[in-house]
Amino acid sequence: MAENLRVVGDTLPGADLNAPLLEVEDLRVEFKVRGKRIPTVRGVSFTLEQGKTLAIVGESGSGKSVTSQAVMGILDSPPGYVTGGEVRLRGVDLLAQDEESRRTVRANHIAIVFQDALSALNPLWSVGFQIGELFRVHRGTSRADAKRRAIELLDQVGIPDAKNRVGHYPHQFSGGMRQRVMIAMALALDPEVLIADEPTTALDVTVQAQIMRLLKQIQDERNMGLILITHDLGVVADVADDVAVMYAGEIVERASIHDAFKRPAHPYTKALLRAIPRVDTVGRELEVIPGLPPNPAALPSGCPFHPRCWAVDPERCATEAPPYEEVTDDHRSLCHFAKEVYRDER
Amino acid sequence: MNAELGQAEAGPEPVLEATGAVKHYPVQRGIVIKRTVGHVQAVDGVDLKLYAGKTLGVVGESGCGKSTLAKLLVGLEPPTSGSIKVLGKEIGNLSARRIRSVRRDVQLVFQDPYTSLNPRMTVGDIVGEPFEIHTDVVPRAKRPAAVKELLDMVGLSPDHVNRYPHQFSGGQRQRIGIARALALRPQVLVCDEPVSALDVSIQGQVINLLERLQDELGLAYVFIAHDLSVVRHIADEVAVMYLGKVVEYGTGAEIYDHPRHPYTQALLSAVPVPDPELRGHREEIVLQGDVPSPINPPSGCRFRTRCWKATEKCADEVPGLDVGDHGTHPTACFYAEERDVTHAVK
Ligand SMILES: Nc1ncnc2c1ncn2[C@@H]1O[C@H](COP(=O)(O)OP(=O)(O)O)[C@@H](O)[C@H]1O
Ligand SMILES: Nc1ncnc2c1ncn2[C@@H]1O[C@H](COP(=O)(O)OP(=O)(O)O)[C@@H](O)[C@H]1O
Ligand code: SF4
Ligand code: SF4
Ligand SMILES: [Mg+2]
Ligand SMILES: [Mg+2]
Repeated sequence: MAENLRVVGDTLPGADLNAPLLEVEDLRVEFKVRGKRIPTVRGVSFTLEQGKTLAIVGESGSGKSVTSQAVMGILDSPPGYVTGGEVRLRGVDLLAQDEESRRTVRANHIAIVFQDALSALNPLWSVGFQIGELFRVHRGTSRADAKRRAIELLDQVGIPDAKNRVGHYPHQFSGGMRQRVMIAMALALDPEVLIADEPTTALDVTVQAQIMRLLKQIQDERNMGLILITHDLGVVADVADDVAVMYAGEIVERASIHDAFKRPAHPYTKALLRAIPRVDTVGRELEVIPGLPPNPAALPSGCPFHPRCWAVDPERCATEAPPYEEVTDDHRSLCHFAKEVYRDER
Repeated sequence: MNAELGQAEAGPEPVLEATGAVKHYPVQRGIVIKRTVGHVQAVDGVDLKLYAGKTLGVVGESGCGKSTLAKLLVGLEPPTSGSIKVLGKEIGNLSARRIRSVRRDVQLVFQDPYTSLNPRMTVGDIVGEPFEIHTDVVPRAKRPAAVKELLDMVGLSPDHVNRYPHQFSGGQRQRIGIARALALRPQVLVCDEPVSALDVSIQGQVINLLERLQDELGLAYVFIAHDLSVVRHIADEVAVMYLGKVVEYGTGAEIYDHPRHPYTQALLSAVPVPDPELRGHREEIVLQGDVPSPINPPSGCRFRTRCWKATEKCADEVPGLDVGDHGTHPTACFYAEERDVTHAVK
C-alpha cells in the first residue's frame, strides 16, 4: 500500500519530520464554574508515535474526554480553559496556533470519533452529504466527485450497499453502522492521528468487536497514530501498544501494554486489574476499591488516590504529592512507593 | 440440573420457574382506528428454573428480550402465553390484586439507578414504600427501624434516611434500589443489568454486596447482563438468549469453557480478556451484519441469517433446546459442537 510509505505529517507547515507524531507535555485544563477555578486536567504528558496505539484508561470523570478535547482544540470555552502545556504535532505546538490554523489541523491532521455517533451527526442531512461536504469544503472537490468518494469511504468502513445507503439519514442506521459512518467521516481527509473516545461503549459486544477490528485495520493501512480512550481494560489488552492510566486529572501510570498488565507500578492500576471479572476464569472474590473517585473541585490532599489506596502510608501520602517515579525506561508511576509496588514488595 | 431440564426433579422445588413463557407486543398503525400490523416477538417460549440460593445468569445482546423476560418473571407484565410460577404458585394469569401478594416473593432491581428512584422522595421513603403497600409486613411503629436496618444491610449509613437520591453516587443509588427490593423479604431478586451503568471499581462493590446478601439471606437471583464477564463471576447457571429465545443453557463451566451453540461461541469470542498475552491466541469469530427484527424473525433457527454453519434444514425447522445425542447441556442447534473461544488455543 502506497500510503504506508508516506511520511506522516509532511503536509503540515513547519513540521519537523524527526519529531514524534504527537507529543503532549504538561497539559493543564481548568473549568471556571460559578467563579471558581477547577483544575481538571493536571499536567498530562504522553507521546504517540506513527502507527501506534496509546490507550488512555480511567473511570468516568477522570479527565479523559477533556484531555482529548484540549488536544483536538474543541474544548467548550467557557467554561473550560487550557492553562498550560504544549500539544506538538511533528514538533508544531498546536496550542500556540491561531484558530484558523487549528481548524486546518483539525480538518487534515487530527480527527476524533465519539461514543455517541447520533449526536455527532447532523440528523437533517444524509450521511453522504455530510461526508461529501468535507471534500467540498476542504479539498474543493466537485459535487459528483465528493459523492463518489463518500461511497468509497462508506464501503471501506464496511457499510453494505454503500451506493444506496449514501443517501440515508443518520437515524436510518443501527448503532454499529452509525459508528462506522462516524469513522468514515473522521477518515475522509486522511488524518495522521485519530482519537477514538469510547468508540464502542454504547455498543453490544459483537458489534464492538467489529468496530475495533475496523479501527485496527484502518490504522494499519494508513499508518495512523491512534489514541483509544476507554474504561474497558479488556479492549486495551486487545489493541494497545502503550497505556496511560488516568485518575483525578493526572496520568498515574504510563507503560507498555505488557508492563502495565503484568507488572503494574501504581496501586490504582493494580487494584483495577484485580477488581474486574474475567470471562476466561471463574470467580475469585473481586477486589474492592473502596469509596468513590474524587470530585475535581475537592481533591484530597497529597496523593489524590490516598483515601482509597491499599498501599497508603497515611502520613506521607496525605500530605506529600508523589512525584513521577521511573521504574524502568518508559514505565512511570505517580506514587511514593512505585518501585515497591512494581516489585510486589508492598 | 441441565440434563433434566423440563423433567420432574427429585430434589427441591424451584423458587422461580418459567415454562413456555411468551410475550408478544402488538405493533399498531393508524391514529384514529388502530390496526395491529404485526407482533414484536420479544420473548418467545422460554423455559427456566431457579433454585433457592442460586444465581441464574441471563445474557444476550440488546433487544434479545432480557428486560421483557425480567418483567414477566416478577409479574409486571402478563405473559401472552405460558406459565410463570413463584414458589410453585402460578402468577402468569392472576388478577392484578392477587399478583401483588405473590409478587412479594420476587422483586426487581432495575438497571438505571439514575432514573428508577423517585427524585422527590427521601431515601427513607423510597426504601420504606413497600411497607405502605404491604401493610402487614412490618407494623407502622417499627417501620423507621426496619428502614434503617435495610440501609445498614446494603452498606449505607442509616443516618442518611432523610437525604434525596441526587445526593448519592450511582453505586450508592443502586444500593438504595437493592435495599428497597429487600424490604418485603423476598426469596428471589431479578436484577436487570444492575451494574451496567457503574464504573468498574464500583461494579465490584455492588457485585460483592449481592454475593454477601445471597449468603446471608439465602436469596436466589436472576442476574441479567450483557457483560459476560460479570455473569461468569456471579452465576451458577447461564441462559444465552438470541431474538427472544434461549439458545443455550448450562452451568458456568459448560457455557464459558465448553460452549456448543454458534451464537454463544461468537458472543464469547467477542469479549476481550484483560490479558495482553492472549492477543491473537484466541479464536476470533466476527459476526456479519446486525440482529434481524423481532417483528419478523427468520424462519427455522433465528440465528441462521448470521450463522456460518447454517443449512437448508436451519431455515425449515426450529431447533429445540435439547441436550442431543452427544451433548452435555441444552443447546438449540442442529449442529451443536463444542469449541473453546475464551482461552488461548493457537
Ligand atoms: N463543560 C464542563 N463544565 C464543567 N465541568 C466539566 C465540563 N466538562 C467536563 N467537566 C468535568 O471535568 C471532569 C472530567 O470530565 P471528563 O474528561 O469528561 O471525564 P472522562 O471522560 O474521563 O469520563 C469531570 O469532573 C467533569 O465533571
Ligand atoms: N412495551 C413494548 N412494546 C413494544 N415492543 C417492546 C416493548 N418492550 C420491549 N419491546 C421490544 O421487545 C424486544 C425486546 O426488548 P427488551 O426485552 O427490552 O430487550 P433487552 O432487555 O434484551 O435489550 C425489543 O425489540 C424491544 O423493542
Ligand atoms: S502515593 Fe501513597 S496513596 Fe498515592 S498511590 Fe502511592 S501509596 Fe497510594
Ligand atoms: S441450527 Fe443451524 S442456523 Fe441455527 S445455530 Fe445451528 S447451525 Fe446455525
Ligand atoms: Mg469521557
Ligand atoms: Mg434490557
